[in-house]
Amino acid sequence: MSTMLEVTDLGHRYGDHTAIDRLSFTVAAGELVCIVGPSGCGKSTLLRTLSGLVASTTGHVALHGDEVRGVPDDLAVVFQDYSRSLFPWLTVQRNVEFPLKRKVSRAERRARAAEALEWVGLSGAGAKYPWQLSGGMQQRVAIARALAYRPALLLMDEPFASVDAQTRFELEDLLLRVRREHDTTILLVTHDIDESVYLGDRVLVLSKSPATIVANLKVDLPAERDQITTRESDTFVALRAETARLLHGGGTVRPRVQADPEGVAARFLAAERAEQAAQASKRHAAQN
Amino acid sequence: MRRLRSAASGWIVLLVLVVLWETATRIAGSLYFPPPSQIAETARQMWFSGPVSSLFLTDVVFEDLFASVARMLGGWAIAGVLGVALGVLLGRSATAMDYCGPIISFLRAIPPPTLVPVFLALFTLGTPMQLATIVFGTIWPILLNSVDGARSVDETKTETARAFRVSTVDWIFGVVLPAASPKIFAGLRISLSLSLVLMVISELVGSTEGIGYRLLYSQRQYDFPAMWASIVLLGVLGFLFNTGLSAIERRVLAWQPAHRQAALAAGTGA
Repeated sequence: MSTMLEVTDLGHRYGDHTAIDRLSFTVAAGELVCIVGPSGCGKSTLLRTLSGLVASTTGHVALHGDEVRGVPDDLAVVFQDYSRSLFPWLTVQRNVEFPLKRKVSRAERRARAAEALEWVGLSGAGAKYPWQLSGGMQQRVAIARALAYRPALLLMDEPFASVDAQTRFELEDLLLRVRREHDTTILLVTHDIDESVYLGDRVLVLSKSPATIVANLKVDLPAERDQITTRESDTFVALRAETARLLHGGGTVRPRVQADPEGVAARFLAAERAEQAAQASKRHAAQN
Repeated sequence: MRRLRSAASGWIVLLVLVVLWETATRIAGSLYFPPPSQIAETARQMWFSGPVSSLFLTDVVFEDLFASVARMLGGWAIAGVLGVALGVLLGRSATAMDYCGPIISFLRAIPPPTLVPVFLALFTLGTPMQLATIVFGTIWPILLNSVDGARSVDETKTETARAFRVSTVDWIFGVVLPAASPKIFAGLRISLSLSLVLMVISELVGSTEGIGYRLLYSQRQYDFPAMWASIVLLGVLGFLFNTGLSAIERRVLAWQPAHRQAALAAGTGA
């Protein structure tokens, strides 16, 4: 497999604050890599640095061998906040077409957008406006928009963090299906351990701020995954615990908690869930 | 249904007031306050007694009304284009407003009618001076609202547009202007009312045609029914323009949540 993304010694500093510190990793073509890290560890900064939205202070990023300076031409981003990232004044179809304006003819735009909407199961919704769709459907539109762009690399910033649990499972499976069918290279940032293991071919675990890579875990799960059987398999449970432990330790060495590692992992997971729930209710309150 | 009924009740109140006014003015018999029926008759003679070939419109309509409306809409349109263009430019720049803010605050604090003498000296008498007055008086609400609107583009949309490397033209016309359009329309609406006021004021000085001129002329001739007819005409014009702009706004901003709720409320209201 050829290397799609190569990150070398990447660092970013805001004044005195080091957000990310000398990160190095690669993503192979066709791979789905999840980056998981505690909240506020600089995941979003990392994603913005990779996409060229923010200039890095040190290190290099190369996309299919070309040094990234500014936003590369064949990169797409799906943001967490679909309600803001979609354009409310455009129909679903036109939202998907919009980024293609610079690249392809009108007829080609139409065709590509219709095709991408079909991939995400929204063929009938092209003429609707985003507000006429549920949150999960809106995020599917954002995914379709990214796919229609045919990016060499698809970056996703906590893409499923703003939808309810049921929709989240659906969207995760949709993402796995779409990337399998269309051979998309994806780098997905999340704070959800379960999600990172369920989706990823590999999981990169980040430490607390300043973010460094604590571990690079290969996910030894079959390519076909299932929300119920995969999540109850021993491999999944072991990987999830391992990831939680790494996140909790977060340091340079691996301070294995001798007495009760599983207990710590469980407590960490509980804390993560509580935080997610709090965030979700806060967002809910903000929306009303 | 409910909206229709509430609109109808508004018209009924107006009708009742007109009837009351008619009764009161007939009883009072004042020279200065002719009854509405007399005003209407004067209006008919002044404007609607022309030949069939010009749809019964008199020459006065072409001289006064069309000239006035053309100046008013022309001035408003110029202010609109300039205001939106400058507003978007200032609004999207991080520092421009810091420099220009105080100047704008000062300029818009000047009551536009006081500048009529200045414009009289600067421009030729007539339309150029009148346009200048209208543009100067109406540009500020549009400009400031455009600045506000252009700033309201949220971070996620900015980053989305940048990540997809949207072209500058698509960025301005496809993202910034639509995002700013609710605010821009609010500014346009305020300015439209202002432009009517300023049109009249600018015609009170050194003008030989227009509704404002006709108003002053009638008053000086002690032709009070004609004076009142012009006042009523201005009210009707203001109402029509506002209704027209609201209709355009509803179409252009149909995507907006506020309009969506209004549509839903109208749909479910019994």
